[in-house]
Amino acid sequence: MPAVTETIDTVQSVTEGAYKWGFETDIEMEFAPKGLNEDIVRFISRKKNEPAWLLDWRLKAFAMWQKIEEPRWPAVSYPPIDYQDAYYYAAPKQTVKPRSLDEVDPELLKTYAKLGIPLKEQAILAGVEGAGETPSEGGRMPVAVDAVFDSVSVATTFKARLEKEGIIFCSISEAVQNHPELVRQYLGTVVPQGDNFYAALNSAVFTDGSFVYIPKGVRCPMELSTYFRINAKSTGQFERTLIIADEGSTVSYLEGCTAPMRDENQLHAAVVELVALDDATIKYSTVQNWYPGDAEGRGGIYNFVTKRAQCRGRRSKVSWTQVETGSAITWKYPSCVLLGDDSVGEFYSVAITNNRQQADTGTKMIHVGKRTTSTIVSKGISAGRGQNTYRGLVRVAPTAGSARNFTQCDSLLIGDQCGAHTVPYIENRCMTAKVEHEATTSRIAEDQLFYCRQRGLSEEDAVGLIVNGFCREVLKELPMEFAVEAQKLLQISLEGSVG
Amino acid sequence: MLKIEGLTAEVEGKQILKGVDLEVPAGEIHAIMGPNGSGKSTLSYVLSGREGYEITGGSVSFNGVDLLAMEPEERAAAGLFLAFQYPVELPGVGNALFLRTALNAVRKARGESELDAMQFLKLARERLKALHISEDMLKRGVNVGFSGGEKKRNEVLQMALLQPKLAILDETDSGLDIDALKIVADGVNALRAPGFSALVITHYQRLLDYIVPDRVHVLMQGRIVQSGGPELAKQLEAEGYASVQAAA
Amino acid sequence: MTAQPSGHPSGAAGFLHRFEGLRARLPGARLGFVDALRGEAAEAFRQQGFPTRRVEAWKYTDLRPLAAAGFDEPLTAVDSAPDLPPAHGAARAVFVDGRFREDLSALDGLPYAARSLAETLPGLAGRLGGLARIDAQPMVALNTMLFEDGLVVTVPAGVAGGVLDLVSVATASERPEAFHPRHLIRLGAGASLTLIETATGPAKARYLHNPVYEIEVAAGAALTHAQLQQEGDAGFQLSTVYARVDEGGTYDNFTLNAGARLVRNEIHAILAGPKAACHMNGAQLLQDGQHADTTTVLDHAAPDCASRQTYKTVLAGRSRGVFQGKIHVHQIAQRTDGYQMNQALLLSPEAEIDSKPQLEIYADDVKCSHGATVGEIDAEQLFYLRSRGIPEARARALLVEAFLKEAIEGVQDETARGALDAAVTGWWQRQERAA
Repeated sequence: MPAVTETIDTVQSVTEGAYKWGFETDIEMEFAPKGLNEDIVRFISRKKNEPAWLLDWRLKAFAMWQKIEEPRWPAVSYPPIDYQDAYYYAAPKQTVKPRSLDEVDPELLKTYAKLGIPLKEQAILAGVEGAGETPSEGGRMPVAVDAVFDSVSVATTFKARLEKEGIIFCSISEAVQNHPELVRQYLGTVVPQGDNFYAALNSAVFTDGSFVYIPKGVRCPMELSTYFRINAKSTGQFERTLIIADEGSTVSYLEGCTAPMRDENQLHAAVVELVALDDATIKYSTVQNWYPGDAEGRGGIYNFVTKRAQCRGRRSKVSWTQVETGSAITWKYPSCVLLGDDSVGEFYSVAITNNRQQADTGTKMIHVGKRTTSTIVSKGISAGRGQNTYRGLVRVAPTAGSARNFTQCDSLLIGDQCGAHTVPYIENRCMTAKVEHEATTSRIAEDQLFYCRQRGLSEEDAVGLIVNGFCREVLKELPMEFAVEAQKLLQISLEGSVG
Repeated sequence: MLKIEGLTAEVEGKQILKGVDLEVPAGEIHAIMGPNGSGKSTLSYVLSGREGYEITGGSVSFNGVDLLAMEPEERAAAGLFLAFQYPVELPGVGNALFLRTALNAVRKARGESELDAMQFLKLARERLKALHISEDMLKRGVNVGFSGGEKKRNEVLQMALLQPKLAILDETDSGLDIDALKIVADGVNALRAPGFSALVITHYQRLLDYIVPDRVHVLMQGRIVQSGGPELAKQLEAEGYASVQAAA
Repeated sequence: MTAQPSGHPSGAAGFLHRFEGLRARLPGARLGFVDALRGEAAEAFRQQGFPTRRVEAWKYTDLRPLAAAGFDEPLTAVDSAPDLPPAHGAARAVFVDGRFREDLSALDGLPYAARSLAETLPGLAGRLGGLARIDAQPMVALNTMLFEDGLVVTVPAGVAGGVLDLVSVATASERPEAFHPRHLIRLGAGASLTLIETATGPAKARYLHNPVYEIEVAAGAALTHAQLQQEGDAGFQLSTVYARVDEGGTYDNFTLNAGARLVRNEIHAILAGPKAACHMNGAQLLQDGQHADTTTVLDHAAPDCASRQTYKTVLAGRSRGVFQGKIHVHQIAQRTDGYQMNQALLLSPEAEIDSKPQLEIYADDVKCSHGATVGEIDAEQLFYLRSRGIPEARARALLVEAFLKEAIEGVQDETARGALDAAVTGWWQRQERAA
């Protein structure tokens, strides 16, 4: 039996229990009634004590959603979703913010412990005031965290420290209360309510998410991070994130996510909007590890996400880095609209599909400003019966003189039951623009595996090493702590059914 | 150390090894010479456990253990090292990471402690220096964009780090200039010890000027047809394989 | 869209209306299998209508100007002798407004059979419509519904057929005409043929040339197929090629798009047997308000097959170029070697290029890659040439020729390559005269 086949078989046998984050937290929750209608939208808005303009905005989105058809063009297949058979609001029943660790719901604490977040951070995540103010040990750069548990943000850390710099980092619900003018100025300006089916749905029912504002000239002193956790049954998660980097500012933002193992499919339809003004830089990194479903394709998260950035200013820069290992279905295209002259868009992506996972992901780079540049590096890994599609658009408007794009799309196939697809669109209306696209498909060669094994590596380690090498260009874009996590995650994701 | 008895093997249904008998005692270096297509590379792949080579008969024992029953990585851990004729490229895999992973896998299997990044770097630097190889080599992808000579040097570096009991050099001299040849030879000679053996597979006598073998065997048409001392290599160089064929 | 009852309806309805009126008079009307096929095609066309840009495969080519035109079928045959393009070999089949003209053709004494489709229809049951897909391709459905003639070539096993010219000439007429020739080419095992198709038409004449090819290349056979599209500047050409290649066979296609107001050249090649090969090369030379679309679909449906595609587009004026190319590797097609490159050179700030290369891969032991580049003439290269004393216009021409060279050099057959070279040079000379 050839080595690769053997590896696939070996590894297929360890599928069960490969997802380590699949536990459920038993905690008292508050739900809105099942289903989706105007009353639910009003319920959510009332629950969050929102101003009238925001309720109107939501209702308008809901009206649009009812008219838009669900997209069928992605190369993914799933049974019809009954949007009336889900909860659109679920939150832990904890009304008063805890003052010490003892007041925090012990189940919530356990959840964070199980997710592998260190004790000190655990205190932070559970919302103990003051715990986040101590710099962490070892002189490491602290990371400010916003933790979103089902529909609501349960805690945000390092707020006071960040406020000293004028940085606003809080849940979007808080931002609506405390900085309504900023939210109103920017919300929906990058991803309008009617942009697409899922964005419209999100606009109508979004429950929480993170809000970041970096003032002029400020370099954010620490990584900002949001940790998303879907826990409750039959709920959808619809968070909305808005990041504004004012002139000359810089911020790096991380996003992580997990969910329990369930036989049902759960919907995650987030919207992320980024705005970069003159000379501002936003780096947005995602390690997406939603529950992918079991080996037969039962359960798992439907991750239908709209992420878009506008480089509005001159020399502004937005860099998306994503490592997509989870979800039953991934549908997402973190994009950059390059409006400002000399602005820069980047997209670095690793997407793994194993077992019966399906991913249709990529990016859009829209060049409008002069001398705008974009770089796309996409690494797709298909294993088991996974289907992996890169879909990307590079559009150059006549105004984008001397624009540049470079795209590199590589696919790696592991086993002969999976699929790897590449669908780039290049639309150029500018003579002086230069666009380059390259795509390759390969597999792990027998002689590479044998070479590693001859040097003493086990097959699994050899595959892990080669896959990490394949993804290297993307992984090096991740912040240090995340990069290590991501590497481990790649290996674990492949354990499920590959070599 | 290594005992091969009546080894026969096929590749894609074609018999290549037709009964190889060979014994390499501990501490000795043996050379295997032979014309193209005689089965030299097949022998090295069979010994290291590559897929696609079907063993149809015979046995190989390595320090008393049945070598043929082991997985390739188990053979590596047991101390068998193959310096490839054509070292493969691993794009994106850093040489340092690769070497450390391999070394720790082998150390772990031997019950030795694993080295952290700093300890490894110290060790690797020592070995690099001893072999006159630039440290730059650690930073590059495994064999990616390496010249032929660099690839072979990288093989020798790996050998120096993994400290095998038996090294098989599969035509390591092919395509090497004289300086690279010396580095390879120095690498092997540095390992010379009572517990180290080597099987040097080569087409030409040239390498054997630098790695002087204890014994020389001639492999032709899948069998060892003649064995002798170092002088046999010189004789082959002078008279060609035809003389052996006539004698055999 | 449904047929309107009165007058001269345009668009899909117009074609359906005319089909109803002509059905009993079309060739093969009394042959059950032909009439049934036309009926199915009409139904498929009725359901699909002209494709709109909402259909993914037609995202970049808008057929509204075509649908709006309102075409007639050329019911009265022209018997004058129009100017014919130069011949590449001794054998030639000439079609005027889609009708076979025996008087202008030279098909006698060939070592294989080459005849008019209208005359050979009774013997084509099972072969006609064997590869073409009316369900997914509205233009193919339209062709199947209304074809009147075409060329049927059958090269017996082992026969080297040499060069055959297939000439299509459109003539000027008062009302816009549409013709939908159906060409069937079959090569037996080990046979070979070089088919050079030249399509021309008069300036300013509005007409639609909508040919469909069904090509079968048996084991070990080799077909070179050059399509030199030099239609009149107001003409439309929508061409669809289906080629099936069996074990060890080769299909070598070259397409030149240099004429027409709007052209879509669609090629579907299926590598159906092990070690089959397909080469597709093409050059699109566009100016003014021309729109040219090359769409290829390469199905690797057997192991150990190789495919190579190189397409180059040069855009001047307000022209618009489209390249869509899909390589589909089926699960069985292990050890596939697929390569595709498409490049565009923009000579004008008003030109536009849309490119969509695509890989769809279901086998793991494959080597597939594609590349796409878009850019203008390299300023450094231009400067280098000028610094050596070459005038700018000539330097540009040299660089454009160099850009196209790779696609033309990929053509194995010498006659075909010569024809291409001549066509490209002719285009350039016209450009330079105009400038």
